[in-house]
Amino acid sequence: MAVAYIPRTRELYRAYTPYRWVVNTDTPPWTPLEKPIAQCRVALMSSGGILYRDQPRFHREDATYRSIPKNATQADLSVWHFGYRTQDAASDHNCVFPLARMRELEAEGAIGQLADPAYSFMGGVYSSRKVREELAPRIVDELKRAHADTFYLVPA
Amino acid sequence: MVEAAGIPTLCMTSALDITSAVNPPRAVFLNFPLGHQTGKPHQPELQRQIVRDAMRAFETIERPGTIVELPYVWDANDRRWEETDYTEGFLPERPAKEDADTAEAARRVRFSDMK
Repeated sequence: MAVAYIPRTRELYRAYTPYRWVVNTDTPPWTPLEKPIAQCRVALMSSGGILYRDQPRFHREDATYRSIPKNATQADLSVWHFGYRTQDAASDHNCVFPLARMRELEAEGAIGQLADPAYSFMGGVYSSRKVREELAPRIVDELKRAHADTFYLVPA
Repeated sequence: MVEAAGIPTLCMTSALDITSAVNPPRAVFLNFPLGHQTGKPHQPELQRQIVRDAMRAFETIERPGTIVELPYVWDANDRRWEETDYTEGFLPERPAKEDADTAEAARRVRFSDMK
């Protein structure tokens, strides 16, 4: 049975005002896929706080993102995030940022292309308003510039 | 927002309650501990299968708000992680600022040596 993270988070952070989780009751926006995924350019984004080489780390209230070259390898990547146990992600980025796996799917034709760069942000950012008003529009611009056909978000 | 801008999106999740509230266009749920959304470290076959399933979900999800559940089990013999994930003492202590800054400086030196 799925773990209930909302009560667990409320308990962990019980010293603080209870977090107001995003709740959307309307039908979500919808853009149908126009072609098979095997023909799509897929943009990958992780919220796991992945960094490429000497990119600056995230800060706690950080709504910035990092661009990760699609051919980055394990040796190029590190993790900065306060909200999950990062050891496994630091040892193998593919646990939360499946960059190598997506390159393989591209090579075998399961997806059309992996967009370059991939993206990462730090999902512990408290303010959903900041994400909505600062981060999301910048990502939309990036995706349009990259001519991404689809967007694949992996949380940590 | 990305979806509304005309780009189909899919997100993964291991937190079904959070994602149900957010109600995104397409979601794929995997019941793994946080920090392992696309698999276990150094197990490329499992990771590849999870990501493959996510890509397939782009095509098979037809109704906005659908959450597809993947069948993989973290440990068939041990479900205790479900009781302890994200509970008291689960997260590491936040380091003192000086220690964090020192670690960060060391990290950046290590990478700048990599040119």
